[in-house]
Amino acid sequence: MSDVVPPEVRPKPAVPANSHNVAHNGGHGLGGSHSSSGGSTLLGYIGIDTIIEQMRKKTMKTGFDFNIMVVGNSGLGKSTLVNTLFKSQVSRRSAGWARDEKIPKTVEVKAVSHVLEEGGVKMKLTVIDTPGFGDQINNDNCWEPISKYINEQYEKFLKEEVNITRKKRIPDTRVHCCLYFISPTGHSLRQLDVEFMKRLSHSVNIIPVIAKADTMTIEERQEFKQRVRKELEMGGIEFYPQKEFDEDMEDKNDNDKIREAMPFAVVGSDKEYQVNGKRVLGRKTQWGIVEVENPNHCEFAQLRDFLIRSHLQDLKEVTHNIHYESYRAKRLNENGGLHPISCNDTQESNL
Amino acid sequence: KSVKKGFDFTLMVAGESGLGKSTLVNSLFLTDLYKDRKLLNAEERIMQTVEITKHTVDIEEKGVKLKLTIVDTPGFGDAVNNTECWKSVADYIDQQFEQYFRDESGLNRKNIQDNRVHCCLYFISPFGHGLRPLDVEFMKALHEKVNIVPVLAKADTLTPSEVKKKKMKIREEIEQYGIKIYQFPDCDSDEDEDFKQQDSELKESIPFAVIGSNTVVEAKGKRVRGRLYPWGIVEVENSAHCDFVKLRNMLVRTHMQDLKDVTRETHYENYRAQCIQSMTRMVVKERNRNKLTRESGTDFPIPAMPRMADNETEKLIREKDEELRRMQEMLQRIQDQMHTQKEAY
Repeated sequence: MSDVVPPEVRPKPAVPANSHNVAHNGGHGLGGSHSSSGGSTLLGYIGIDTIIEQMRKKTMKTGFDFNIMVVGNSGLGKSTLVNTLFKSQVSRRSAGWARDEKIPKTVEVKAVSHVLEEGGVKMKLTVIDTPGFGDQINNDNCWEPISKYINEQYEKFLKEEVNITRKKRIPDTRVHCCLYFISPTGHSLRQLDVEFMKRLSHSVNIIPVIAKADTMTIEERQEFKQRVRKELEMGGIEFYPQKEFDEDMEDKNDNDKIREAMPFAVVGSDKEYQVNGKRVLGRKTQWGIVEVENPNHCEFAQLRDFLIRSHLQDLKEVTHNIHYESYRAKRLNENGGLHPISCNDTQESNL
Repeated sequence: KSVKKGFDFTLMVAGESGLGKSTLVNSLFLTDLYKDRKLLNAEERIMQTVEITKHTVDIEEKGVKLKLTIVDTPGFGDAVNNTECWKSVADYIDQQFEQYFRDESGLNRKNIQDNRVHCCLYFISPFGHGLRPLDVEFMKALHEKVNIVPVLAKADTLTPSEVKKKKMKIREEIEQYGIKIYQFPDCDSDEDEDFKQQDSELKESIPFAVIGSNTVVEAKGKRVRGRLYPWGIVEVENSAHCDFVKLRNMLVRTHMQDLKDVTRETHYENYRAQCIQSMTRMVVKERNRNKLTRESGTDFPIPAMPRMADNETEKLIREKDEELRRMQEMLQRIQDQMHTQKEAY
């Protein structure tokens, strides 16, 4: 069984554990023998809401996987940003690769894993880098190795799922999130950006970010963002969070606010400087210090909160319930279905 | 008299879109050449090939007139597949040479229009790790046709140490790939120390880390061209911030004439030599071909010889011979010119 929480119960953060007489909103209740406009008032405290605590304990014991892919031209600060996001040296660069290695002739896909621990929770973070993307003179089809990698992970998972004796916890190497780095030209998206996102937004959650945002003034940034959003819309590119997967009004409102602010214009850094008596992450230039976590300077903090603090679980769920499912359906429909790993024809041949 | 006539200078800017080329041109010459430009979006740009556009502006300062022509290369490097996207740029430069070549060999030489490209500013992206494959290919395709001055664009995205590292890396790679960028002439030994120091600083600054701006901001009580960020103000003309002033001085104040001279003496002469060579080769080929058809031993094909071939081929051969004769006359004229030129020097 995968380690993903079953879709009926979505743990919303900070729900008080001991409140009686609560009428639960929305159709999120367990079971559902009561009317759809919410549960009935409870006559005493049962303790159903401790399920959240129980799940928390389990998650802490097992930990969870998160796989993030970074795509973009070389030199856009992908590795630095990932290191900044997770406040540790998790990118490929830190795993012993020299900063000045040559650009590979074809796009490579390289994954590096680290286990991060915070508050007793263990996360196995895998950062998937794609060196060589968009760097050649002829970049035709440079998205293919990436597409292939993503599908291979789905295939791996599918094979495990379809097994007769399945593992208790299938290792999840599927790409939960793809950060696509847009070059801050100030004009608009490049053709390669549009081609890539068009082709991959249906198989993976794409989160576009504007890299090296300290190259643009605030005005330029707003104009650029507007133009980029328009182009994404015109190209029919559904980036995460996708409108069609908003589950209810609350979701829609939250996500609309986020969609309005995307793509986030970010700056990354692994160096600290002293500003107003505090030590902050930043970039020091001749005319001032760009503070990475200052919302007046760039939108890094917003991206981090969105990615890690509010939508991490949702990214995994959308990957599992939507992208993976559509891959699975496609696979099982072609060629009359998958062949089972062991020879038990009667059960599997109906797939 | 030459001051009255004014000077002309053709500057080409090349590089991917979004690197601040237009802004820099406007900053350099305090113009607004790109006021009504419409930026295309990604979809519109798919069908575009690399264009060559020209803007001319007349600048006058202290009685000296400069006719400045800016040649831009929109679309360069923007496609998914950029194979040979420099070809239209190279062709344009050759065309200007060819036009000058014809004019020079023509009869009315007093008013030749010199549209040859005197300098090409190549914009290198600050986001890469040095030169990218496209940069290398472009510069190698053009370094023998035009003076290439590489600039590091949008340098306000880099910290001082990053600028230094990138400049070193780019210089290394330029040498590694055998790219011949424009070389500043060495100063004469009798120049003063100040000048010599300035000159060596200039050489050390390649590629120039530039920042451009179309807006004026208030910094420390003064109004300057700059960029206003929440974390500070970048001043375009502050040498501690970028090499803009160095570039401008070099281009406009100190090296404009040298750029034109090198274009004339080296790049144009290369073109001429190649042209003449290929013409001569054609003549030799024709000669050999005629030798085969006529089995005659004369050096110069004379049209009025009776042939075995039928009338059609006869006519063709006669036309070819006419052309050859014209080319030879031209060659002769050029050779005479070379003699007179040599004597003039």
